[in-house]
Amino acid sequence: MSKEIRKNPLEANLHRRTFMKGIAAGLAGAVLPVSAADAFNWDSFLQKHFKEMSDEEIKRVIERLEKEASLEWKKNIHISATKALPNVKFGYGLDLSRCIGCRKCVYACVEENNQSRMPQVQWITVLRFKKGEKWTDLENSEKYYKPKEVPEKDFFYMPVQCQQCENPPCVKVCPTKATWKEPDGIVVVDYNWCIGCRYCMAACPYGARRFNWAKPNIPEKELNPEAHYLGNRPRYKGVVEKCTFCIQRTRAGKYPACVEVCPVGARKFGNLLDPKSEIRYLIENKRVFRLKEDLNTEPKFYYFFTT
Amino acid sequence: MHGKGTAFLMMIVTAMVSFLTFSYSYVGAGEKPAEVRKDDIPKFFVPSPPSSENFPCSKCHQFRAADKTKRKLQEYHTTVELKHAEEQRWCYDCHEGDKLKLQNGQLINFDKSYYLCGQCHGIIFRDWKAGVHGKRTGSWDGDKLYRLCVNCHDPHQPKYKPLEPKQPPKKPADIK
Amino acid sequence: MITVLFKALGRTVIGDVRYYAWLSFLMVVIGLGVNAYMQQIDRGLIITAMRDQVSWGFYIANFTFLVGVAAAAVLLVIPAYLYQFKPIKEIVLFGEILAVTAIIMCILFIMVDLGQPMRVWHLLPVIGMMNFPSSLLAWDVIVLNGYLLINLLLVFYALGRFVQGKDYKLSLVLPLILLSIPWAVSIHTVTAFLYNGLPARPFWNASILAPRFLASAFCSGPAIMIILLQVIRRASKVEIDNKAIFKIAELIAYTMGINLFLLGAEIFKEFYSGSIHKAPLEYLYLGLHGKALLVPWMRTALVFNITAFVIFLLPKMRENFYALNIGAVLIIAGVYIEKGMGLIVPGFIPDSLGEIYEYWPSSQEIIITAGIWAFGALFYTLFAKFIIPVYTGELKIGNQ
Repeated sequence: MSKEIRKNPLEANLHRRTFMKGIAAGLAGAVLPVSAADAFNWDSFLQKHFKEMSDEEIKRVIERLEKEASLEWKKNIHISATKALPNVKFGYGLDLSRCIGCRKCVYACVEENNQSRMPQVQWITVLRFKKGEKWTDLENSEKYYKPKEVPEKDFFYMPVQCQQCENPPCVKVCPTKATWKEPDGIVVVDYNWCIGCRYCMAACPYGARRFNWAKPNIPEKELNPEAHYLGNRPRYKGVVEKCTFCIQRTRAGKYPACVEVCPVGARKFGNLLDPKSEIRYLIENKRVFRLKEDLNTEPKFYYFFTT
Repeated sequence: MHGKGTAFLMMIVTAMVSFLTFSYSYVGAGEKPAEVRKDDIPKFFVPSPPSSENFPCSKCHQFRAADKTKRKLQEYHTTVELKHAEEQRWCYDCHEGDKLKLQNGQLINFDKSYYLCGQCHGIIFRDWKAGVHGKRTGSWDGDKLYRLCVNCHDPHQPKYKPLEPKQPPKKPADIK
Repeated sequence: MITVLFKALGRTVIGDVRYYAWLSFLMVVIGLGVNAYMQQIDRGLIITAMRDQVSWGFYIANFTFLVGVAAAAVLLVIPAYLYQFKPIKEIVLFGEILAVTAIIMCILFIMVDLGQPMRVWHLLPVIGMMNFPSSLLAWDVIVLNGYLLINLLLVFYALGRFVQGKDYKLSLVLPLILLSIPWAVSIHTVTAFLYNGLPARPFWNASILAPRFLASAFCSGPAIMIILLQVIRRASKVEIDNKAIFKIAELIAYTMGINLFLLGAEIFKEFYSGSIHKAPLEYLYLGLHGKALLVPWMRTALVFNITAFVIFLLPKMRENFYALNIGAVLIIAGVYIEKGMGLIVPGFIPDSLGEIYEYWPSSQEIIITAGIWAFGALFYTLFAKFIIPVYTGELKIGNQ
């Protein structure tokens, strides 16, 4: 193997070593714009899956997360890890004859659950359909309607959010088990375990899941400091999130924010295992249906009509 | 002979009386006085809407003779435009004195106005008691706060008023 | 042996000015790609054009195309090892290197698509929490890495034998080869099932998806090989029989025929049945509700594929190098469009709630993608430059 300078048409002196040095310099230069972003945190990197942690470990992780969140959001956040109540399976009812499409539920949810304002994340989508026209394929829906007043004549409205399926396709496909169904029926995400592959978003038939394409942005004044680890605690860039039936409220006996704010009482919520609950009443006494039932996802979100 | 006849008569009378006693105990079975009737009326309410400045009605109506001819009022209460079965009824069909009047003549206070609405809107009344009609806040497994019908529906023009919707979501192409 | 290998390594940086120009060009593109990726690490995936409505895009499109290319290496393995078809036997090594390169590029495309790439260890069994067997992505991780391992083993085994001037021992390597054939089919079947198993996306939820994947893979991979082999033949002392190239071309004709037939079957099913599920196919070829961004691309890809099919079908045409190379380029472009953007994007159009968001990759997405392709090209170039002197016998023990 000769170490000669090879003759080339350009008659340039092209030493092998010079060439290698040039390559090395080029690669190094290309790597420079690496932002000296957040310092690397080993505890955060090595954190175990939520279901694998003992109560003690969860407590320590929450302490760390609360500290991180307080530094980040300049507010004392309280993160709870309340477990599911026994003998509870949450169900939701939506009265399509009452919904007026005012979107108050959308914004109440955004505030209660600390969703990013910029880029905008909204867990609830309200669809509008023309009365008398085909609507079960949802392609005829309109979600950007902007009339002066609602309800509009000739239209009806159908809000869609996570249906908390009993047979969730998102849980089936998640490669890291970062999303799972809790005993009380709520499908949750461990935001510290999710790798952001978005397979669950492709699998969801209801378009219920949202991705944090950028770092979430919440005005300090509007941050809700009462949070749950699996629910509305402030999230990160690059992870998936969705409606959790306001797990921080419902596990404390309260109604979800969307139920409370609906001005016409179109939203109903309760324990499917309690025969005296309002959700059981409406399933037994009204004509209920669920979206895309042919996919056998068994949603716990029931749409019904009272008139 | 007399003794046998009297005894026989006594037996018949006893049988009849027992029979009647028994049968009367089945009359009005729904109104067994021994049991408390459950009518599922809610316990907790948000504050009712404020009464009009004309309350109590007797302030003026004590000193006026009641003209029960159905007509369009010219002197007073002109802001009330009835759009609620106005062909079939008018003021005096629901109002009497300082109370509301039910079809059977019974008078109720304004804080129990749901009985009045429930006369015609029976299904809605039943749904409302179960919590399925109208807004309810509170705890899903505990006490719930109800609203009276009139909290949301103006009794003279009950159709729910349209309101301004909140902003539509941003289109995906506009999210940067 | 180590000395020989080091000498071979040294050969990778010796070449003429065209070689240096090629390497420099690739380095520049890689550098731009790395720069753009740093922006993505900093700001997040929002610099791409993907949004909630179309949550997979150009990166996954490239991934899907390249898994097919990797799987197609087996098309060369079967005749070479099993039927001892001498002309192909000689160049199967370059096919296996292509498979290795393609798998590495696939892994890179997945890594740049992740929202939290540092957490990728969560995918692993034992130390992470791999959702096997429920999640098809978990299956994909296993089969792709397994395929990479198989091919690396085969390549380095052959290399070791050539260095000693010996031919490989078929008995030793046969089990691995026999394994690699169904394994290659399985990597692409698993990737197809990844999309296929989602009832939420009716465009993908069709039984025809896995067969179409395999058919299109077995056109595009060998087409890339045809071009690479000619480059290697031109740029080095490796002898490659024309018969090998023509055989590959013949196989491509059959697989493209199957691919076109399956496309026809899909078109019939959707448009004749006329249900609402025809919407994605309508979007691709005709435009949907006035949105027609991909229509010219899809129609062009169809024309490319049909033209290439005819070229490869007629022996006179495929044995003419001019037509052959045009055909190869047409196939690569046609399948890249059809299986890349033409597969991923319509899965999301219309989305689950009926919305149509027309996705087109952002400039940074394109730059990062180009960077990964350049890295693949660089990897293949250096690997080939490393292997060729050993393969030709120029560098072997006792022959320095």
